Amino acid sequence: MDLDYHALAPELVVAATILVVLGLDVALPRPRKYWTAFAGVLGLALAAVPLLTLAFGDGPETRSMLGGAYVVDGFALVLKAVFIVGGYLVLLMSVSYIESDRYYQGEYYLLMLTSILGSLVMASSRDLITLFVGLELVTGPLFLLAGWRKGDAKSNEASLKFFILGVLSTAILLYGMSFLYGLTGSVTYEGIREAGADLLDSGAFRLAVLFTLVGFGFKVTAVPFHFWAPDTYEGAPTPVTAYLSVGSKAAGFVGLLLLCYKALPSVTEIWGPALWVLAALSMTLGNLTALRQDNVVRMLAYSSIAQGGFILVPFAAAAVSSDPAVIQEAASATIVYVIIYAFMNLGAFGVVIAGARRTGSTMIDDWAGMWRYAPRLAVLGAMFFFSLAGIPPLAGWYAKFAMFLAILRPGNAWATALAVIAAVNAVIALVYYARIGKTMWMDHVPEGTDTAARPVSGSLALALGISAIFVVVAGILPFEFAGVFADLAKVVTTGI
Amino acid sequence: MVLTQFLVLGALLFSIGVYGLLSRRNAVTVLLAVELMLAAVNINLIAFEAFWNTAAAHGQIFAIFVITIAAAEVGIGLAIILLVFRNRASGNIDQLDLMRW
Repeated sequence: MDLDYHALAPELVVAATILVVLGLDVALPRPRKYWTAFAGVLGLALAAVPLLTLAFGDGPETRSMLGGAYVVDGFALVLKAVFIVGGYLVLLMSVSYIESDRYYQGEYYLLMLTSILGSLVMASSRDLITLFVGLELVTGPLFLLAGWRKGDAKSNEASLKFFILGVLSTAILLYGMSFLYGLTGSVTYEGIREAGADLLDSGAFRLAVLFTLVGFGFKVTAVPFHFWAPDTYEGAPTPVTAYLSVGSKAAGFVGLLLLCYKALPSVTEIWGPALWVLAALSMTLGNLTALRQDNVVRMLAYSSIAQGGFILVPFAAAAVSSDPAVIQEAASATIVYVIIYAFMNLGAFGVVIAGARRTGSTMIDDWAGMWRYAPRLAVLGAMFFFSLAGIPPLAGWYAKFAMFLAILRPGNAWATALAVIAAVNAVIALVYYARIGKTMWMDHVPEGTDTAARPVSGSLALALGISAIFVVVAGILPFEFAGVFADLAKVVTTGI
Repeated sequence: MVLTQFLVLGALLFSIGVYGLLSRRNAVTVLLAVELMLAAVNINLIAFEAFWNTAAAHGQIFAIFVITIAAAEVGIGLAIILLVFRNRASGNIDQLDLMRW
């Protein structure tokens, strides 16, 4: 069994970085622990190099290893790039936040990098075992990171709630997977796809698919499996929350994409309606609850639940159609949405971290009149929040546009109904995103606010800058940006 | 057939685990309930493996990974529970109510 070390290089670099961080953490005295941050950021940046050589070098397009269980193709490469860039932005945001608490820096970077490694494994997984191991590698370290502020009761609570619901969802997912394996006799997506077509009428198979979906529903915080999310998001350190809402969520969607389009395309009757309901509920409840929040982190938590609903919408389009072109468009709409969402949501969390340092509060009312004393932050804040709302020319509009295009294409009554629900929700979402903008730009500065200038750290500014440039460029030149993904969707949906 | 009996055992164990998870208030007992659910998964996997009886032995490999990762998760879980216990002197999950929507 030959390993293709070039194809594995991104994972190997991240794994080596983890070991270096661990070694540095053991060897360095406490005042010099910041070197672990440096090593982590540098290592993750290095991991992007083999990605580029794989994408633009002249090797085979698809590199398959371990009997087809681990595959590096266009789909895997793009998602790995998203995970690495997203993880890089989160690490940049973490540097000053973590340093200001002074301790456990080494552990923080170690766990964060481990979780990123897990998401890289997930993107390449082509059988249930690898998918499961990757998923656990993503979430396991996050349970600990959520409780990273050891002395803080809220952080403890966030961690325990996340852990209990996380292992529950894993158990449900595994129970579903055990039946997927048992009924089809195969753990690879290909084997399940071939055997699954004959099992459409089997009640046990139906149940197995639904159990698997429930497991992933927890990971992507789809309503009604979202209960852990707001509490965990609020209690965890803010950079960890940023990673939870982007990295681990995107990993969940990658799992769903692989399962629905690669393993179970022949049984759309089972997962289509289930995901239709999850999408409709997530959008509606997420948005309605977000309207009532006065803490910006909690608001972003509910907003990310609602955005998760939008990302699920194209799945419903793929389920009602048998036309490969429609299915392909749906897959690429999901991928495009995940990528754009990653950047704009990370940017929004960057603004929250900077704003919380500036005002000492995450309550929306305390941010009133921010543009008077922190104009650049207020501009960035407005930018990311309006991008999340989907206002052109910021990238968010294209994500929503692609999503609507995908769901309207089949012309099916159910799909159109979901499009109507999504349209109503896009308007509701605008209300609370715009409210933050209004508070920051039009309200008066509250009495007693400390408006003395506090410089934003260089690394956080860099993270905000990268996200901002992406959001503007992808919003102005969306079709150049999206052309890449049409081909990738072909990779995901081959064999349908 | 023998396979059905194993699957019934697995389903029973899984149900007991779900019941324990929902009804018990002590965090350590909740952890035990999750372990029961994972044991049910392993019984399923091994039973199906014996049923298909392929050379690749995917079911057994899967079960070994489940056991390993379950052990790691218990480690993480006990660490978190210890941390909560240290700060609040209680392992009761009903008292985790600092944050509510």
